[in-house]
Amino acid sequence: MHTDLPLLFTFHFYLFGVLAVASALLFVTRKSPVSAALWLVNVMFCLAAEYVMLDAHFVGVVQILVYAGAIMVVFVFVVMLLNLGHPSETSDFRSKGTRLAAGAVALLLAAEVLTLMRQPWPQLASPDVPDNVVRPVAQTLFTEYLLAFEVTSVLLLVAIIGAVTLAKRGTQG
Amino acid sequence: MIQAVFSHGGVIDPQTPIEDFWPFTILTIVKMVVVFTVYMVGVALLTFAERKISAWIQDRIGPNRVLWKGFGQVLADGVKNFMKEETYPEAAYKALFILAPMLAFVPAMVTWAVIPFASPLPTRWGLMSMAVADLPVGFLFTLAISSLGVYGIVLAGWSSNNKYALLGGLRSSAQMISYEIAMGMSTVCVLLLAGNVNLNSIVEQQATQGWNVVLLSVAFLVFFVATYAETNRLPFDMPEAESELIAGYHTEYSAMKFSMFPISEYANMVTASALTSLLFFGGWDIPFTTWDNVPPWTTLKTIVTLGVFAIKVIFFLFTFMWIRWTLPRFRYDQLMSLGWKVMLPAILAYVVIIAGTLLGLDAAGIARSSRAFTGILFGLNLACVGVLLFVLDRGRLLSPAQSRLKSAELSRLRQVASRSTLAPVTGD
Repeated sequence: MHTDLPLLFTFHFYLFGVLAVASALLFVTRKSPVSAALWLVNVMFCLAAEYVMLDAHFVGVVQILVYAGAIMVVFVFVVMLLNLGHPSETSDFRSKGTRLAAGAVALLLAAEVLTLMRQPWPQLASPDVPDNVVRPVAQTLFTEYLLAFEVTSVLLLVAIIGAVTLAKRGTQG
Repeated sequence: MIQAVFSHGGVIDPQTPIEDFWPFTILTIVKMVVVFTVYMVGVALLTFAERKISAWIQDRIGPNRVLWKGFGQVLADGVKNFMKEETYPEAAYKALFILAPMLAFVPAMVTWAVIPFASPLPTRWGLMSMAVADLPVGFLFTLAISSLGVYGIVLAGWSSNNKYALLGGLRSSAQMISYEIAMGMSTVCVLLLAGNVNLNSIVEQQATQGWNVVLLSVAFLVFFVATYAETNRLPFDMPEAESELIAGYHTEYSAMKFSMFPISEYANMVTASALTSLLFFGGWDIPFTTWDNVPPWTTLKTIVTLGVFAIKVIFFLFTFMWIRWTLPRFRYDQLMSLGWKVMLPAILAYVVIIAGTLLGLDAAGIARSSRAFTGILFGLNLACVGVLLFVLDRGRLLSPAQSRLKSAELSRLRQVASRSTLAPVTGD
């Protein structure tokens, strides 16, 4: 635990952490799909705040831009398009076995987090904020991880083509 | 982020950024209050400006009764909206119904936190940046926040539990997602030239290389059209097309909650105008001089650049209104095909052209701040705009209406006109 940080900083850091966990809990317990989606947006915001407090400005902003601004908008759009408004129609019918399995995975994750917290954390990035925050990300992305980056873009392309094919088959059949 | 909590022993140079904690915090709060106040008053006055400008365009007088020249109309409207009864539809999802107007308004306002509106101001505690928060990721911040504006409209449509409202909300989300892509791609070109995502460095880039409107004309055209779609202004106000959807997403709203939607529309207009002038018209830069871009910073420079920025923003606000009262509304399928089949391919091709040209110019050793660089990009853009207009127009819009007729038909019509008694009498 860092002790050299101002109290104000520590307070806000934990505040956003608690808010993120609370919103995530609300996200999985709400029955209305639109409310659930909005709580997930709130989780994204809290995570973005945490990233910014860790001086990862770029990751924080991209978190909002991609997840809250694009992916969740599409989610809400689809929910509205299907008009899944009534909680009675969309309630969860999963079996007890699935719930137990989910609980076990959650416990496993918690154990993992606790174990990782005991390890010394490697210092990856330089602690001071550079003048140009995008450059360090771009430099490694387009040199060291270029192959992975390009493969990911092909993967996304395949997903788009798949979606178009499914939509086309629907109209012909 | 974390400011050192100690004060300097010696004298502070007013030309270096503020480092002390308390002056920084207090000045930031002052900036927040000032920007918020000016912004809110400006938005309120815009509703009045819209009515006056529409009246002027339609050759009417417009509101002219309340107080001096009708300026009190803004107050009267505000009081009226607060006094009216608020209604809640029985089947509405109440929590989101109340939240939606706020969600529509807040993103437009938050964007102003990062917009630099003048050159830095020297104070006794150091140099104060004339943006509420001069973030290193300022530009991405504006994109991220403006992409959230859609939630307010979508949720208003959905939570009203009304078919017209839902259709309005659906249209709006489809429209905003579509045009956001074209808008994002057009700003890629700006980032290619600036090489940084800090808004002040984008202003700096335009001060040295020339405004982006001449360097990236096609990107500007696409961005300009996309901002109209993003702010739901005519000719893209499909979400509230009265003739089709009653009032669209705000059909069920009343009193001040209803009023929040037009207010957020005007707020979005101000933000969009500020972004247009910032990304393509040099921000607070004064053209043809470098007096305003170099230290030492003075109070006079701050005031003059603030005035220049205000003039640019007001011009674009006027353009928003001018276009609203000039062009009719698009049909919904036309709107979608313009976004996906014209603007997106055009801007994708343009990004490739600009990136290739920059690579070529850098390889040829032409410095980015040289006149040759600006000249070559300007020439390239003239060609691109020419090609774009030729392809888009195909002799329909720019050429006169009579060219659609065959020449034989045209001469026949002219003969009819000359024989009729309605023809103007010429000679004696």
